[in-house]
Amino acid sequence: MESTTRAFNDNVRRAIGDAGLRRSLDKLGHGFPVKRRLAAERLPEFETLRDEARDIKNHVLANLDTYLAAFEAKVTETGGQVHWARDAAEARDIILAVCRDASARTVTKSKSMIGEELAINDHLEAHGIQPIETDLGEYIIQLRHEPPAHILAPAIHLSKEQVADTFRASHDGLPRDRDLEAPETLLKEARAILREKFLAADVGLTGANMLVAETGSIVLVTNEGNADLTQTLPRVQVVMASLEKVVPTLEDATTLLRVLARSATGQEQSVYTTFTTGPKRAEDPDGPDAFHVVLLDNGRSGMVGGDFQDMLRCIRCGACLNHCPVYATIGGHAYGWVYSGPMGKVLIPNLIGMETAKDLPNASSLCGRCEEVCPMRIPLPRMLRDWRRRQFAAGQTGIIARWALKSWAFWARRPGLYHFFADIKMRSLAAAAGRRGRFRSMVMAGGWTGSRDLPAPQGRTFQAQWDARGGKR
Amino acid sequence: MEKPRDVALFVTCLVDLMRPSVGFAAVKLLQDAGCTVTVPRAQTCCGQPAYNAGDEADAAAIARQVIAAFQGFAAVVAPSGSCAGMIKEHYPRLFADDPEWGPRARDLAARTHELVSFLRDVLAVEGVDAAFDGTVTYHDSCSGLRELGIKAQPRALLATVAGLTLTEAEDSEVCCGFGGLFCVKYPDISGQMVDNKAKAVEATGAGTLLGGDMGCLMNIGGRLKRRGSPVQVRHVAEVLAGMADVPAIGEGPGEGED
Ligand code: SF4
Repeated sequence: MESTTRAFNDNVRRAIGDAGLRRSLDKLGHGFPVKRRLAAERLPEFETLRDEARDIKNHVLANLDTYLAAFEAKVTETGGQVHWARDAAEARDIILAVCRDASARTVTKSKSMIGEELAINDHLEAHGIQPIETDLGEYIIQLRHEPPAHILAPAIHLSKEQVADTFRASHDGLPRDRDLEAPETLLKEARAILREKFLAADVGLTGANMLVAETGSIVLVTNEGNADLTQTLPRVQVVMASLEKVVPTLEDATTLLRVLARSATGQEQSVYTTFTTGPKRAEDPDGPDAFHVVLLDNGRSGMVGGDFQDMLRCIRCGACLNHCPVYATIGGHAYGWVYSGPMGKVLIPNLIGMETAKDLPNASSLCGRCEEVCPMRIPLPRMLRDWRRRQFAAGQTGIIARWALKSWAFWARRPGLYHFFADIKMRSLAAAAGRRGRFRSMVMAGGWTGSRDLPAPQGRTFQAQWDARGGKR
Repeated sequence: MEKPRDVALFVTCLVDLMRPSVGFAAVKLLQDAGCTVTVPRAQTCCGQPAYNAGDEADAAAIARQVIAAFQGFAAVVAPSGSCAGMIKEHYPRLFADDPEWGPRARDLAARTHELVSFLRDVLAVEGVDAAFDGTVTYHDSCSGLRELGIKAQPRALLATVAGLTLTEAEDSEVCCGFGGLFCVKYPDISGQMVDNKAKAVEATGAGTLLGGDMGCLMNIGGRLKRRGSPVQVRHVAEVLAGMADVPAIGEGPGEGED
C-alpha cells in the first residue's frame, strides 16, 4: 500500500475537522476499553496469562528459525506448500502465480493486515483477477477504495448512513429507494451478495492469527465466519502470514487466544476460531485441494535482536488503538499506512523507513496507556523513545526543537546562572501578565496559545524565595 | 523500619519557575509529617524534556548533576509524578550499562518519591490538618499513575480535608494531552485532547480540579480559561497543606476584573 505518512500533519488536520469521524471514534474509545476491563476482571488469571503470552512469544523470537522450519516441515507433510517471501513484491508474485496456476477469475479474501501490507487486491485486479473482501468492514472499504481505519474494525470511521450510501452506489440491480435504515438490513444485503461470490471463487485468500509449528496448522479468528467460507469453499487456499506469527504448540496457541479476544473486544472468545491443517484429505467432506502458505518477512527479520524485537510479539488485538487518546483524536487513516495507533507508530517506521514516518514516534504524549493494556506487554512508549533517540542521533529532529532543547540543557547544567536569571525572568513575566495571571498569546509560543491560555508565573522563583527565607541548603 | 525524615526536596523546574507556592506547600506537608527539608541548590530540571526528545547525552548530563546533588539524603521528594518517575524509572535505564553511574542512579531511584505517595506509602500519614470548602475533581497524571501507581494516595488524603467533596470525572485516567514538547509540536492533537479533558472536568460540576503535576495542570487550566470556564485548577499539595489561598493556576489577583 502507498503510504501518506509523510503528510501526517495534513492528515491530522483533516481528521480533526471531520465531525462524523469524531463521533465514531468517541463511540469506540468509550466502548472497547470498558468491555476489555470487564473481561479482564472476570478472569482472575488474566495478568498471569499476559506474562505467559509474553514469554511464549519471546521464546519463539529467540528460536524463530527452528520454529519456522518445523512449521514448514509439518505443512509439507500434511500436503501443503510453504513459500518464503523476502518482501511484498515477492509475496505478490507468489500469490499471483498460484492464482494463475488455478486459472482463477475471482478470489475471495478474508481480512488480513498482511494482505493490506502487500496491497494484494490492487495487484490481483491489475492482472485481471477480481478480489472480493468477505469481512463486512473490509468489504465496505473495498467498495469505497479506502484503506482500513483500524486493524480490527476497518470501517470504524463510517456511519451506517455512509455505508447505506455506499451500498446504493455499488450494488447494481436493486431498487434505489430500498430501505437500508437498520444495520441488519445492510448486513442482509451484503450477505446475499457475498454468498454468490463465495460459491463462485476459485481461490480463497486468508491471513492467519497464528501458525502452529507442532502441527503445521493455521489459526483464524473471526466474528463473522467469513474466513471459514473463504478457506473451505474454493479449490485453492492461500494463507498470507508474517514470520513472527508462528507459535510452538497448540497449547501455546490457546494461551494467546485467551488474551486475544478479551483484549480486543472484551469477548471471552471470538465467535469463530478455526484451526486448519493442510488441504482436504480423502476422508474430509470439504476443504481446498491445494494449501499454500506465503511467509512474509518484509523487514521483520531485521527487527530480531534489536531495539524493536519486542514489537514482534504483537498479536494485533487492537487494544492499544482502542485505548490511545491520540488514536481517538485522529483515527486510523492519519497514520498514513496499513497500521495505526501505538503499534503502528512503532511498526510503520520499521517497515517503510524512519525517514518517511518521522512524525509517528513523536506524535505521542507517552502517556503509557497502550503498554498498560497490551496483552503481550510490549513496551510501546520505550520503543517510541528509541525512535526519537535514533532521529536525534541522525540529526532528524527539527531545527527549532533541537535549538530549544540545547539551550534548555545549557542552562539546566549551570544551576548558579540558571537560578539567577530564572528569578529575573519569572518576575518580569509575572509583571507582564499583570493582575490577570495568564497570557492569551505569546511570541514563539503559538503551539501552546493556539488552543489554551498560558498561565503566568507567580513571581519570584522558589529557589530565590528559599534563599530569602534562609531555608536549609 | 526507621522512617526517612531527612528529606531533600526536588522542587521540579515548573514549580520553581511557575508556581513556587506548590513547593512551599510540599515543604509544609513534609515538615508537618516530622521531616527536615533541605533544598539542594544544584538542581534545575530532571532532564525529562531532553530524554523524551531522544537527546540522551544531555539527559544523562543533567541526570548526573541531579544524582550528585541529592547524594546522602534519606529520601528525595518531588511534587510531581512525572519528575519522580523520570528519576525512579528512567535514570537507571539511562545508566544501565555504566559501572560508575549505574549504581548511583539505582540508589537515587530507590530513595526518590513523589510527594503524596511519600506521605501515604512511606510515612503512613493518615490525614492532614486542612480545610477546603468545595467540590473538587482529580486528574490522574499519566507518569504518576502508570509509572508510580499513584491513584488511591491523593484521594485518601483529600478525604481528610474538612469541607472537601471529591467527585470523579469520566476518564480521569486519560491523558490531558500535555506530554512535554508534544503539546507544542502537535498542537492540533494536543488541543483536541485537552479540550476533551476540560469538558470532562466541567461535566463533573466541581469547582476545582486538582492534580499532582504542574505540566498537566497548566495545560488543563489554560484550556479551561480559554473556554471561559469558572473551574479553578490547583496542585493537590496546596489543598492538602491548607495553602489554597493564592490565586489558582492561570489566575491573577485581578481575576474577574475584565
Ligand atoms: S501492540 Fe499489544 S495492544 Fe497493540 S495490537 Fe499489538 S498486542 Fe495488541
